[in-house]
Amino acid sequence: MPAASVIRIGAGCGMSDDRIPPAVELIERGDLDYICCECLAERTIARESLDRARNPARGYTPSLLERMEAILPPALARGVRIVSNMGAANPRGAARAVLDAAPGWGCKDVACAVVLGDDVTETVRGLPGLPILEDGTPLESILPRMASANAYLGADVVAAGLATGAEVVITGRVADPSLFLGPMLHAFGWDYDDWARLAAGTLAGHLLECTGQLTGGCFADPGMKDVEDLAGLGYPFVDVDAAGAITLGKTPGSGGRLDQATCTEQILYEIHDPAAYITPDCVLDITGVSFRQEATDRVAVLGAAARPRTPTYKVVVGYFDGYVGAGEMGYAGPNAVARARLAGEVVRERLRRRGFAYSELRCDLIGMTSLHGDDGRPKPEPYEVRLRVAARADNRRAAEAVGAEVRALHMQGPGMAGGGVNLGAREVLAVKSVLLDRTLVRPEILLEGGR
Amino acid sequence: MRVYDLAHARAGDKGNTSNISVTAYSDAGWAALRADLTAERVLAAFRHLTAGPVRRYELPKLRALNFVIEGVLGGGVTRSLRIDPHGKALSALMLTIELPGAQAAADQVPALRARAGSGCPDGGAAPSAA
Repeated sequence: MPAASVIRIGAGCGMSDDRIPPAVELIERGDLDYICCECLAERTIARESLDRARNPARGYTPSLLERMEAILPPALARGVRIVSNMGAANPRGAARAVLDAAPGWGCKDVACAVVLGDDVTETVRGLPGLPILEDGTPLESILPRMASANAYLGADVVAAGLATGAEVVITGRVADPSLFLGPMLHAFGWDYDDWARLAAGTLAGHLLECTGQLTGGCFADPGMKDVEDLAGLGYPFVDVDAAGAITLGKTPGSGGRLDQATCTEQILYEIHDPAAYITPDCVLDITGVSFRQEATDRVAVLGAAARPRTPTYKVVVGYFDGYVGAGEMGYAGPNAVARARLAGEVVRERLRRRGFAYSELRCDLIGMTSLHGDDGRPKPEPYEVRLRVAARADNRRAAEAVGAEVRALHMQGPGMAGGGVNLGAREVLAVKSVLLDRTLVRPEILLEGGR
Repeated sequence: MRVYDLAHARAGDKGNTSNISVTAYSDAGWAALRADLTAERVLAAFRHLTAGPVRRYELPKLRALNFVIEGVLGGGVTRSLRIDPHGKALSALMLTIELPGAQAAADQVPALRARAGSGCPDGGAAPSAA
């Protein structure tokens, strides 16, 4: 193992559409050893599986090449290794696409380690009795509509990818914090049963995986919680030592803030029981965690603990779940709210008279009830309001009719309507989860490219 | 007195469940939140969106409460018809909740304009439910 004393890992991406310039700034100014780019939401792999079905060379994160063109050259120039789950439904295809394009970016002799084995679609197809975590029913009911099934792999496979020496490690489904724990396992040779260190590394990964949400993004509330130069929001990094001490920082000279308040909001982000955050690597307990401000934008994280990992992998199953259609129309001035309400009733009735059936149809008034719902308490009427109609159907034609009827309100609805838009129809890819015994999942590492 | 005057909040999503953290600006605010921002009170504020349940976890070292609100995302991020399927904006609904007898705490709370790090009392997480 390399005898590193401290390594620095940056967060380069927190969703597939995350901003790219802050990642480049972090590489150029952050003195990193590694940068991790987390790009997969729950349903993303299902979407990319469809892409792969249409074209076997595709199925990776759509922004892969744009992102890699921006970050690979500066990363290679500074010896920063890249870890990313942008492989999505086709990690090998992603590696090949990057290697094909790399010479054009001035990058020669690049090697990509590819992590495979998260795709367990065929495995779960043979296990129709697996209970769905969300409702306890057997998986059988959604198997005929299944689009994908991927296990959240852990940090061990990321470390194995780095052990090949490749500059870039591309994975499919790997748990978000595990992308960050992987470089620590690799650099320090931590035992995969060393729960204290796995706790620290997992917590660091959890804090970093949404990039700017740790450093002042998703935070500002003018006058209450101000963020300096939010436009220039910098992305975070973590310094980790061999003993598992972790200290957070962010791109020098960037905007944003990193302190107790931002860290507290992010540590609880998407956490349920804070004593039992289950990852593929361990069961993290953050109830004893505290933050210590060491300097401006430098925060030490203390007190993470963990229990042994569970014997199963969580598997996200993507499946087709009908169609959704939507449209919007705007109203302003005198009696705007009443006109908007009437418009919603008209659309609902016209769809009914045309014989379309919807399992769910909702009319929201943007400006009044669209985000927080209608709790029945009287609220002041806004000067402007926007009707939004959305409905769920089992066929595309019915879904397409929703936005079309809303758009027609311009001419055939209540008066003085403006800014109508047909938001179209889309096929819904929904997700459910099952647990799969670890022995049924066989990850493997391939090496693509190199000299 | 609103939760907004004592605390800040962030919402996260998993399936059809939202978790909303509420973090106090001060020790006095923390005491008021811990005493009065119960799971029952939170469920009452979200009752028009879900039947619950709501679970509450305490993190005294962070002066934070974590609420786990089930069934509130219109069927879950991937299939919801909600304009905000992730429920990101629901954290602001949490901040509208009125608390009884929290005026004294609010009077001591400066807005979080300054960068701050502060020590907090000891303790562990304890869930309670509504």
